Amino acid sequence: MATITYRHPDGSTTVLDVPSGSNVMRGALANGVDGIEGECGGDGICATCHVYIEQCPVAFPPVDENEDELLDCTASPRRDNSRLSCQLPITDELSTLVVLLPEKQV
Amino acid sequence: MAGSPIVIVGAGQGGMQAAASLRDAGFDGPVTLVGAEPQPPYDRPPLSKQYLNGEVDAAALALRTPAFYQNQDIDLRVDTRVAGIDRANAAVVLDSGARLPYERLILATGSIPRRLPVPGADHPGVLVLRTLAQARVLRDRLAAPRRVVVIGAGFTGLEVAAAARSAGHEVTVIEALDRVLARAVSVPVSEHVTRLHRGRGVDIRFGRQVEAIEGEADGPLRAVRLAGGESVPADLVVVGIGVVPDTALAAEAGLAVANGVVVDAYLRTSDPAIHAIGDCALFPSPFADDPLRLESVQNAVDQAKCAAEFIAKDGLAARPYSAVPWFWTDQYSDKLQIAGITTGHDRTELAGDPEQGRFSVHCFRGERLVGVESINRPAEHIKARRQLAAAGTLAGAV
Repeated sequence: MATITYRHPDGSTTVLDVPSGSNVMRGALANGVDGIEGECGGDGICATCHVYIEQCPVAFPPVDENEDELLDCTASPRRDNSRLSCQLPITDELSTLVVLLPEKQV
Repeated sequence: MAGSPIVIVGAGQGGMQAAASLRDAGFDGPVTLVGAEPQPPYDRPPLSKQYLNGEVDAAALALRTPAFYQNQDIDLRVDTRVAGIDRANAAVVLDSGARLPYERLILATGSIPRRLPVPGADHPGVLVLRTLAQARVLRDRLAAPRRVVVIGAGFTGLEVAAAARSAGHEVTVIEALDRVLARAVSVPVSEHVTRLHRGRGVDIRFGRQVEAIEGEADGPLRAVRLAGGESVPADLVVVGIGVVPDTALAAEAGLAVANGVVVDAYLRTSDPAIHAIGDCALFPSPFADDPLRLESVQNAVDQAKCAAEFIAKDGLAARPYSAVPWFWTDQYSDKLQIAGITTGHDRTELAGDPEQGRFSVHCFRGERLVGVESINRPAEHIKARRQLAAAGTLAGAV
């Protein structure tokens, strides 16, 4: 399980405990967190679960070719710390994570 | 409309989204979400993909946590069947006899798999895939080596074929038409998907009519018999010959029903107190000449949002439903995405390289781009959606 802090563009935050085996997108969707659309349900095809990673103590799987292509199409600008949150698994090693949500997803 | 109860019948992706979006839009009256299935709303697309191949389990499919419904004050009633709609008294009548009064009703009843009208189709070895319960049965049956026959080369049938073949089963696909996904995609995409399956060892047979399914009454299946005498040995048959909209409640209540519950541009049925959304709704679209009925997550979600906004604002400054239709399917590791409505195109332009397995087919009717089908080109798909949305807005403004 990991404690994930979702920082909204307006400065507010949502803090959630998300179980291992889930991912950063699913954690947000399942709890109705605004700011992550996840239109494709995590299939890695829609680029609407974009986040900026602000603090992360463990290394996530690297950006693959598909995610790289999608990150070039996000509605808010891509930065060095941009990821698709459906590609960020929650593992037992991950204890805390802070992500900033972009201004828009669509 | 504070205090006026809203009832949503159907707790699939559309029904759940309608409930959530009513709260997002500031509606603070009672919201009741009624579903016939035993579990809370779940994600259906993985049933024929990641769930079937064991990548995800049932618990991971829940669309929202139990706490969500509680926090949002959504009265979720699972395992609850609706007997009818009493329009004269504006109430939904449950099987139990209980009545749920409504100020507004949203029908999100979805669709039902079409049954194969041949002898033997009711054998327990013949499965369909629509619900989690059905997926669970299919997954269990696939735990042992099988000769699987899939009837129908549509999206669901082919996804099942891909999952079963990847797990090492012998798979035959029987299709009545002369290509896969014939009603949904252009010829180049059909050809690519066919090559993909055949390359993995799936036996696809076109232009075949199923005559009967043979097996012991209380024992194993034997074979699928085709017109002309051909017989395909089978331990397991999966029927994927499309779905029909679940319009029974609407029809019995006297609402206008054709190939779906007929709705206007705001997704209102012939009774303005009742909306219909998702698979069951037949709606006018700026992306098609004739009314459309679509079976997709996108359609269910976007229509839910549109209907919820209309209801929460009591129709003030209402916006007609105009979302760009899009759809996706996974076949092995390939991703096929469709933006727009490509059926009825009269010309195609190819971009990319089919040999490399990465290409797009731009479909035109006359001069107008009606849709784009992409294989393993997600960026092209997103670009196409934006392009179609811009064009749709222009068309709507004229």
